[in-house]
Amino acid sequence: MAAPLSPPRLLPSGDSAITVEFSRHIDDAANQRVLALDHAVAQAAVPGVTETVPTYRSLLVHYDPVEIGFDALGEKLLALAQLPVPTMTSTRRWRIPVAYGGEHGIDLEDVANTLKTTPDDIVARHIAGDYRVAMIGFTPGWSYLSGLEKFLHLPRQQNPRLLTPAGTISIGGVQTGVQCLAGPSGWHLLGRTAVRTYQLHRDPTFLLGPGDHVTFSVVDHKTFAEQDRAAERGELVAELISA
Amino acid sequence: MSKLVIASIGPASSVQDGGRPGAQRYGLTPSGALDRLALAAANSLVGNQPFAAAVEIGPFGASFTARDGAVRVALAGAPRNADIAKRPVAFDTSMTLAEGETLTLGFARGGSFSYLAIEGGIQGEPMFGSLSVNARAGLGSPYPRPLQAGDELEATDASGAAERRIDLPAPADGPIRVVLGPQDDEFSDTAKQLFLDSEWKISQTSDRMGYRLEGSAIKHLHGHNIVSDGTVNGSIQVPGNGAPIVLMPDRGTSGGYPKIATVISADLGRFAQTPAGRDFRFKAIGMAEAQAEARKFAELLRTLPGLVHDIESFALNLEALQNANVAGSAVSAVDAATWQVPPAGEPPAHEL
Repeated sequence: MAAPLSPPRLLPSGDSAITVEFSRHIDDAANQRVLALDHAVAQAAVPGVTETVPTYRSLLVHYDPVEIGFDALGEKLLALAQLPVPTMTSTRRWRIPVAYGGEHGIDLEDVANTLKTTPDDIVARHIAGDYRVAMIGFTPGWSYLSGLEKFLHLPRQQNPRLLTPAGTISIGGVQTGVQCLAGPSGWHLLGRTAVRTYQLHRDPTFLLGPGDHVTFSVVDHKTFAEQDRAAERGELVAELISA
Repeated sequence: MSKLVIASIGPASSVQDGGRPGAQRYGLTPSGALDRLALAAANSLVGNQPFAAAVEIGPFGASFTARDGAVRVALAGAPRNADIAKRPVAFDTSMTLAEGETLTLGFARGGSFSYLAIEGGIQGEPMFGSLSVNARAGLGSPYPRPLQAGDELEATDASGAAERRIDLPAPADGPIRVVLGPQDDEFSDTAKQLFLDSEWKISQTSDRMGYRLEGSAIKHLHGHNIVSDGTVNGSIQVPGNGAPIVLMPDRGTSGGYPKIATVISADLGRFAQTPAGRDFRFKAIGMAEAQAEARKFAELLRTLPGLVHDIESFALNLEALQNANVAGSAVSAVDAATWQVPPAGEPPAHEL
């Protein structure tokens, strides 16, 4: 690519962090640039940078203002954002088993009705997707995936539920996601996985990383229960297809 | 090995240290003390590392009893009436509890959180390098939850070192300083001016995730949904109802509401200590000034051990103390921090 990449916006997040914003929208190309910059900052080991947090459309860079100031760091980040964007920042690919519908996916029927199709069709479309971890946020292990087929794009629920189960697989807007801990959610619940994307005292504690690829497979509810017990014992349950 | 038994304690009290930054990219919030200067001051008094784990005590009372030996502790942060066996003790000093003695603390005055450091630190199993409690993620040690009466904190036997006092610089007064952004362009100039001109109060429904503000309704230019992006301690997000929420150390690592401004790091502790219901304002400053303040604050933290002195005359100290306590009771009537009300029918812990 000969044309220079459009520079991101540098937005101050207080005196100790910069938001490097590539887009205001959910945008796959912007997310690729976020993950590429995240990688570049780690490679360059920029002095003063303490931690980076990739999201859909921006990279939050935490730093120590004793070590480096806003202007100097901003310049470095703009330069790193001009590096060519690799097509893949992670080659890790996971397959995550999901028990769809019934008590584990209480919105599956409604989603099918709204989209004028069958629950089986929704499941077939959801497992056909090739997803990428665009970001992890909100609570430990909550993984937001990009790559949801347009047919499945649905506005979020009018009234978010205050408590949804651990392991919920859901869709909301243009996204699908793997929720690790029980918590509130305004998304449509399609199923549950026994996979813990965050589990204390397990190696690794966090299963998925930003940029990882994810596909889903179908398991019946009995298998889910068995896998849930295995996961409780510390097994990954998720299948690593390629490292 | 001696231990400190929690005889009584109010809500919003937990073990906190410098926190566990480093895993925000996995959705794990850093947690850690709300008032880092007070934590470091308490630790400095008993010779601990500045950000060692201590007890962060919420606005209500608490009492601690030494068992199986003497325990040396230090108090800093929001002042309270405090005594050991009816003998008044001062904040910003260390003190030793003999076996069986109880340290009793009243309501916080003029602040919300106090820190009790234990000589030798709190014993526990660090998770991601920290003992800080993050109940939602099941993290924290020795208890992965707020503290309750009956909990026990293992301690090293008191060293018998001379008791010490720390002379902290007078806390900054005036408005809480912010840097505008990262999404200040989601608000009109009028809305930003309203944010800076309003008198705000911290709501009683606040917690370690976020402090909710009451005052004005700040309107958005393009609605209240943005694509989620990263948050920091002090991010001031404005949800749909226009009432800002200041994100605190147990915040979500990302959020989908526009953030109008960010509290500067040097003012975070002072902001966290603002009692619920007290009027305060924000003031916007430039990045250069904010970073100069951050460097000054880092320098203060670095030089804290130099501000610690042996207490020369206990008698003299007692007199000063009595005066302080008299002054304290005078303000406490109008200034009782009711930052978080206990559940209905449950009196504050120190009255139990």
